[in-house]
Amino acid sequence: MTKKTKDEILYDHNHDGIDRRGFLKCMAWAGTGTLCVMQGGVLKSFALDRGSDPGAAAANGELSFVQISDSHMGFNKPANTDVLGTFQAAVDKINGLSTPPEFLLHTGDISHLSKPEEFDHVDQILKSTGKQTFFVPGEHDVLNDDGQQFRERYGKGSKGAGWYSFDQKGVHFVGLVNVMNLKAGGLGSLGHDQLEWLEDDVKHLKSSTPIVVFAHIPLWTVYPDWGWGTEDSAQALAYLKKFGSVTVLNGHIHQIMQKVEGNVTFHTAASTAFPQPEPGKAPSPGPMTVPADQLRSYLGITNVNYVQGQHALAVVDSKLG
Amino acid sequence: MRIRVCIARLAVPAVAAAILLFAAGRGPVASAQQAPASMEVKIDNFSFGPAAITVAAGTTVTWTNRDDIPHTVVSDDKVFKSKVLDTDEKFSYTFIKPGTYPYFCSVHPKMTGKVIVQ
Repeated sequence: MTKKTKDEILYDHNHDGIDRRGFLKCMAWAGTGTLCVMQGGVLKSFALDRGSDPGAAAANGELSFVQISDSHMGFNKPANTDVLGTFQAAVDKINGLSTPPEFLLHTGDISHLSKPEEFDHVDQILKSTGKQTFFVPGEHDVLNDDGQQFRERYGKGSKGAGWYSFDQKGVHFVGLVNVMNLKAGGLGSLGHDQLEWLEDDVKHLKSSTPIVVFAHIPLWTVYPDWGWGTEDSAQALAYLKKFGSVTVLNGHIHQIMQKVEGNVTFHTAASTAFPQPEPGKAPSPGPMTVPADQLRSYLGITNVNYVQGQHALAVVDSKLG
Repeated sequence: MRIRVCIARLAVPAVAAAILLFAAGRGPVASAQQAPASMEVKIDNFSFGPAAITVAAGTTVTWTNRDDIPHTVVSDDKVFKSKVLDTDEKFSYTFIKPGTYPYFCSVHPKMTGKVIVQ
């Protein structure tokens, strides 16, 4: 993962000058703080030092936003007894970026037990950014009430279980809900109504419109044994096939993972609360306890930048410590 | 006539004694069938343990969450449904009707279990 190789086009299957495998390699480095930017179809990578500011590279962009995820406000077990403190640290980092984000995306598991005070704490801390946060729920946010409280707080203007879309500087954002009506033995689920809405929502957009989809559970199959995937995401991606640039941002797995498939870049964010093991590396996907002085290096935020005319959004992850 | 009465008098106690003996012989079995039974299922490491149990009708099953993550116990066929269980919280359900009751955790649907009631 940290081995650096030359940036050259080795595989050009789509005949568009973009080396998919090279991009994937670069994206794998992004977990340690590497900015990967497409410029005129050529991949450029900028290694970032621990102390450097990923926002500086964003100054050339037209749109910059931050993804945060899995704050699990209310969690208090050994893996992290101060999720409020680490969430505050994440927001402090956002507030310290030299190019502030236009807004934030929270990809769910805002709370740990869907309790009102847990949502309140998160809202209170986010106020200091002075920016709007767009939310999608995680399974921890819809306990006991089928997501009613979540929708009352964060679902204004949304449809069904809380899906919606909006536009910013020519980029079309789609928030999807895949944590409702889960079936025994199953994975995440979007459902018929939401898929129909999605098809209609993007139907009339020009194929050159950059798309950003955000949802809690990964929309690609990361590890089915642990429920890390969405049963009917293939249908959703089929509706997005015509677009030249699709970025999918997810949470749920509490670790950074990236995948590039055709025009779609998939990215999962770190949690601001606690890490989880890599697929198959533990008997179950629960909270992973690490030495206290290393905890913050497993937690983080994601900075996303869009530069008009470029194929893919630049996604940069940075750790809390 | 006297003889008949005597036999009758003797017969009643004899029959009564026989009934008592008969009842005494079946006593312990009858007690076991009448006492309410209970069964424990532990929730830990994203799994129900034991995942499949067989119990007699009338048994109360109690699930205890020993995991460091909340879980739920929800019947596939909507027969029972717990609220969310944080660490150390419990949920109990008494199974009256014989049958098979598959269930899962609605938060982590890959977690499944089964109660067979006989």
